Amino acid sequence: MAVSVNEAVAPGPVRDHAPPTRRLAGRGRSVLEIALLTLLAVVMLFPVLWMIETSLKENRDVYAVPAKFFDFTVTLDHYRDVFVSSGGGRSTLSTSFLNSVIVAGVSTLLATVLGVPAAWAYSRFALKAKKDQLFFILSTRFMPPVVVVIPIFLMYRQVGLIDSALGLILIYTAFNVPFTIWMMKGFVDEVPAEYEDAAMLDGYTRLQAFRKFTLPLLVPGIAATAVFALIFSWNEFVFAIFLTSSDEVRTAPPAIAGLIGGTTVDWGLVAASSVVFALPVLVFAYLVRKHLVAGVTLGAVRR
Amino acid sequence: MTDRRLAVVFIAPALLLLLAMSVFPLLWALYLSFTDYSATRGGPAAFVWFGNYTAILTSAQVHQRALTTLVYVVGAVGLQTVLGFTIAYLISRRTHGRGLLTTLFLVPMMLSPVVVGLFWRFMLDAQFGVVNSLLGSLGLEPVEWLTRQRTALVSLIVVDTWQWTPFIMLIALAGLTAVPKYLYEAASIDRASEWFRFRTITLPLVWPLLLIAVLFRAIEAFRLFDLVYILTSGGPGVSTETLSFHVYKVAFLGFNTGTASAYGILMVLVVIVLTQLYLRYLNKLKED
Repeated sequence: MAVSVNEAVAPGPVRDHAPPTRRLAGRGRSVLEIALLTLLAVVMLFPVLWMIETSLKENRDVYAVPAKFFDFTVTLDHYRDVFVSSGGGRSTLSTSFLNSVIVAGVSTLLATVLGVPAAWAYSRFALKAKKDQLFFILSTRFMPPVVVVIPIFLMYRQVGLIDSALGLILIYTAFNVPFTIWMMKGFVDEVPAEYEDAAMLDGYTRLQAFRKFTLPLLVPGIAATAVFALIFSWNEFVFAIFLTSSDEVRTAPPAIAGLIGGTTVDWGLVAASSVVFALPVLVFAYLVRKHLVAGVTLGAVRR
Repeated sequence: MTDRRLAVVFIAPALLLLLAMSVFPLLWALYLSFTDYSATRGGPAAFVWFGNYTAILTSAQVHQRALTTLVYVVGAVGLQTVLGFTIAYLISRRTHGRGLLTTLFLVPMMLSPVVVGLFWRFMLDAQFGVVNSLLGSLGLEPVEWLTRQRTALVSLIVVDTWQWTPFIMLIALAGLTAVPKYLYEAASIDRASEWFRFRTITLPLVWPLLLIAVLFRAIEAFRLFDLVYILTSGGPGVSTETLSFHVYKVAFLGFNTGTASAYGILMVLVVIVLTQLYLRYLNKLKED
């Protein structure tokens, strides 16, 4: 069973038989717990709120000392600057956003197409050294990116894939395939193999049984898995910065990071582009909230 | 089509891609690690065999980076575990608003390290950063967060903790909600104290899952690069230079590709050991 953190579960201890004094102490504790939780929530969310606020401030308010929390003039100038360059026309940032959409989209699609059938095969068939194969697949995902990027860089330089969208798509696909296989294997395991056996008794071939009976049941799982792959490709920075160099190919993370290169930093613009960049991720994360545990642990923990 | 052929057809493309994009580069790195190859100089590489490895393992510089990495990994993962578990425990005791609370707490984890790094860099700025502004209103002296040796590493730990506490929280919460209710009811009938219930029921049942989360985080923290790059670039001096960041400097600023490859292979070995531990624990957990 996949764990869903949204399910309402009883709050732990039952207090029906507690004597009155203990019940009162329990209420005091409860208030304390809520206060502590609120404080922690404020601390965790403050940076995000501050980012949104900064993106709406005029420059002189952004750099105000002491910091201005409420009394500032709201402006959308920074958001305009994200999309429109100062001379008019499309900005480099908006080009990089478009690149991110293409690279993340295509690599996710490829990882799904390659990973889902493989996951099904690993789940259904007794294969030679299956455990070793699965370990090998997972281990490729755990390699330090900064280490892998050195040989990949040399390899890409040889075949002319440096500074190309295809190069990024290939490496992101390779990074998302292990994830897709591990997570999807969990979803396939939950669909009883008997469905396919029954279909095969009815005269379908194994492949038809998979396509007509199992695959439709996997659609929600595939969607969740794809969203995680999408988020990973969207946020990735290390490969993006070392394997691309031109403004036409660069994805958004290195482009946004590039905003702090000069002597003066336009923090309003940084904030606005960060907000624009983070928005799709937050929407997607909300969509897959039920699968978060499985997703963030590569599907390895599903209870 | 036979089952066997079908399995091969379904699995082979994925494996081939991994061979081309992970194994082949890694083997190449392994080969380079025995040479003195430099990506800029070009030309043929001369074999130095284990020269790179002994140079790295005996280098005082590397030892210092290893210590920095250790301080960072232990500090950050330790803090995250304590905070994440606390939040999860507090949420698990609430009946209302649990879904909303969980979703809100998860936001930092979903953001790109670039966005997180940039934003904290802005907030920790010595002159106009909001953190010093808040300290000022409490009557405290401003702190040069990212430009002093000791505080820079602390800042790195704080930012990493901010981003990844939700991860531990999420896993711990999954464990806490999976504890069967009847155990608490039985304990309640026995008039067991709150602390006793926590120590004998909650903790032992959540522990295995929490350990998985910690291992996972340790692997990720060990490989950390992007946050260092954005937040401090390893500075001031080399105070926040982790092993990952040092590999980058050797490879892309010093262009000692051979040395960097040997360095990388050693890091991969560490990760493989950690992954093995992780999987072994996972299997044990699944058997229970």
